[in-house]
Amino acid sequence: MASSDALLPISAREEDPLLSDGSRSDPNAETHGRRRPVKGLLAVTFGLFFIAFYVALIATHDGSRSNDVKFESDGTATTASRARLAGVSEKSNDQLWKLSGDRNTVAFSWNNSMLSWQRTGFHFQPGQNWMNDPNGPLFYKGWYHFFYQYNPNAAVWGDIVWGHAVSKDLIHWVHLPLAMVADQWYDANGVWTGSATFLEDGSIVMLYTGSTDKSVQVQNLAYPEDLNDPLLLKWVKFSGNPVLVPPPGILPKDFRDPTTAWKTSAGKWRITIGSKINRTGISLVYDTTDFKTYEKLDTLLHKVPNTGMWECVDFYPVSKTLVKGLDTSVNGPDVKHIVKASMDDTRIDHYAIGTYFDSNGTWIPDDPTIDVGISTSLRYDYGKFYASKTFYDQNKGRRILWGWIGESDSESADVQKGWSSLQGIPRTVVLDTKTGKNLVQWPVDEVKSLRLSSKKFDMEVGPGSFVNIDVGSAAQLDIEAEFEIKKESLDKILGDASAAAEAEEFSCQKSGGSTVRGALGPFGFSVLAHESLSEQTPVYFYVAKGKDSKLKTFFCTDSSRSSFANDVVKPVYGSSVPVLEGEKLTMRILVDHSIVEAFGQGGRTCTTSRVYPTKAIYGAAKLFLFNNAIDATITASFNVWQMNSAFIHPYSEEAVRALSRT
Amino acid sequence: MKMVVVMMIMMVMAMVSEASMIEQTCKETPDFNLCVSLLDSDPRGSSADTSGLALILVDKIKGLATKTLKEINTLYKKRPELKQALDECSRRYNTILKADVPEAIEAISKGVPKFGEDGVIDAGVEAAVCEGDFKGKSPLTSLTKSMQKVSNVARAIVRMLL
Repeated sequence: MASSDALLPISAREEDPLLSDGSRSDPNAETHGRRRPVKGLLAVTFGLFFIAFYVALIATHDGSRSNDVKFESDGTATTASRARLAGVSEKSNDQLWKLSGDRNTVAFSWNNSMLSWQRTGFHFQPGQNWMNDPNGPLFYKGWYHFFYQYNPNAAVWGDIVWGHAVSKDLIHWVHLPLAMVADQWYDANGVWTGSATFLEDGSIVMLYTGSTDKSVQVQNLAYPEDLNDPLLLKWVKFSGNPVLVPPPGILPKDFRDPTTAWKTSAGKWRITIGSKINRTGISLVYDTTDFKTYEKLDTLLHKVPNTGMWECVDFYPVSKTLVKGLDTSVNGPDVKHIVKASMDDTRIDHYAIGTYFDSNGTWIPDDPTIDVGISTSLRYDYGKFYASKTFYDQNKGRRILWGWIGESDSESADVQKGWSSLQGIPRTVVLDTKTGKNLVQWPVDEVKSLRLSSKKFDMEVGPGSFVNIDVGSAAQLDIEAEFEIKKESLDKILGDASAAAEAEEFSCQKSGGSTVRGALGPFGFSVLAHESLSEQTPVYFYVAKGKDSKLKTFFCTDSSRSSFANDVVKPVYGSSVPVLEGEKLTMRILVDHSIVEAFGQGGRTCTTSRVYPTKAIYGAAKLFLFNNAIDATITASFNVWQMNSAFIHPYSEEAVRALSRT
Repeated sequence: MKMVVVMMIMMVMAMVSEASMIEQTCKETPDFNLCVSLLDSDPRGSSADTSGLALILVDKIKGLATKTLKEINTLYKKRPELKQALDECSRRYNTILKADVPEAIEAISKGVPKFGEDGVIDAGVEAAVCEGDFKGKSPLTSLTKSMQKVSNVARAIVRMLL
């Protein structure tokens, strides 16, 4: 690093003309110079000083312009630095430090046996490579169609195109050729997320986001090349694309994921697209008659400050009284509307229930304190679940929810195993007509077609017990269970005034997992458990006494001991779950290798987890029932089914024909 | 006289504005000094926006991964008894080069920074796992620790793009 002293002679030389050559100096100096020589000299000296500083600054930049920056030199952060890490991201170096700091951990390496076990038996996933958001789900001419963000070249995100698959029953799929690739300037950098709309004549339009050759996010229109092809193999992009570009005030990279359109009372089609303005998450509204030209409304569908970018916005009606799905265009007094958004900052999907005003395309939440995107607002799922999208299934009158379930392991493992990500099992979504304050989700009925042998159990489990449930192979299971805490145990706790009210402090995430024993919990199942319990994944209820002496119930999945591996993320997930007067505690668990989906109280609280056991795999994966409460005895009544695989097929004429026959 | 004053003002402004973007950005990361030295050392640093600064750090991750892989290769001969751990480190660092870095570059350039965050976080994870595989007797400690530090700084900057 050169010192400014060494440079002074040079700058002085450069400045010589100002000193020695009177004709080049400031004309004022000539007239004023003789009258105030001291001032002039002072000004020039200051000038030299500043020039010296400036040149020194450039020189220090030059001096340090080298690739051999000493990384090791400064390990400590200065007092001035602070990390603005808003939100919680699952993969963090902090969690890993805790694990790799343990010198007693055996050095761990993934082998192909462990990795190949991780592939699921009955969840949607492509044969290989990376997948993310669900796109344009729809039912047409007897087939359920599923499209998805896909990287044909790697097991990490990139080079995104639209994958495509069809099924008769949302469970048994045949992969089809890619539906859309990045072959136009307006989607050259990515064929991103979009949604389908059915027109009155039964035809289909698809709106999707393209990342242009200049990486601007625009909306494009596409439609099936041949509506007589039930497989909708080929798609045509509208020659006039893009149909929407970022409007004034919206940045070119904050404009993506158009929704399914709904009919307004004025007879137009209306869509909404998520975005942000500074840190306020918003949803823009556009009206159209032909999906080619649009009119942007001055009003936003909704906005919530401090929530960041809204991705994958979804907007749809739910019946207040009937347990069925509604077409996206339905409106009326018996209907509430759901606004859902995926929060880019936190990777969490949030929704809120509210009222839609068709006259100006706005929506307000029933409860603004849990408005969309606020950390305490409702979620479809309290685990790993993002970029979700619903569609109206006109075949069976249901609204169905798809969600992208990413991996919680290292990218090394994904590369080694050759794939990354799953879709959650499709779920029906309805308003909870009993509470009116939340949605209820449940795996589609068709999942039951995979049930093979079943075993029924009824048992009483005392405090501190672990019971092995012998069901044979335990990597693909469907469990439905009902629990009751024995009356004596409940009365004792409720009657004991000195028993601490812990419900206000308890959370699945922060209360230490299933090894922490309370008076009335935790109790539930431990899945993908090794017989030694060295690896296990408990799914459980934790019942706690509240300040008002009422009981509060939590439903958690604890993946903290799910695996010996030190490069996977192992949180405790979950949330409180509403339990109404007279209801027993019920849970359903779908276990499918590296995914565990837990549904509490009929789907009022749902939690999806990714787990990567190293020992509790193949024949060594077992199922346990446990009660880790200190005092309470519980009764459990449950069914466990072995689940068949869905045998998702790569594309072939034969496979399509075979599925057509079912 | 006026010219000198104008020159002085321009120079002060240039000095102030040149340092400010990098310094402002680095203040929001867990390691201000490391952040500044990484960004200053790159000719693009002085005129880059946040996206550009993030990409510079991804480049540093790439360079560090390449350097570490070279070191791993020399260690095979010097410390043959460490082969198993070196194999695992090789796999991990190849992931950084071939998966994490391209993913981060594409995501940051295209405005879907969350996938860039995944990539840079993973670079730190892979380095930590590699380090852990030596069970306390790692010959790569300074390199793996650097990767984790750079990963933390990179992540903080990528988060600013969300």
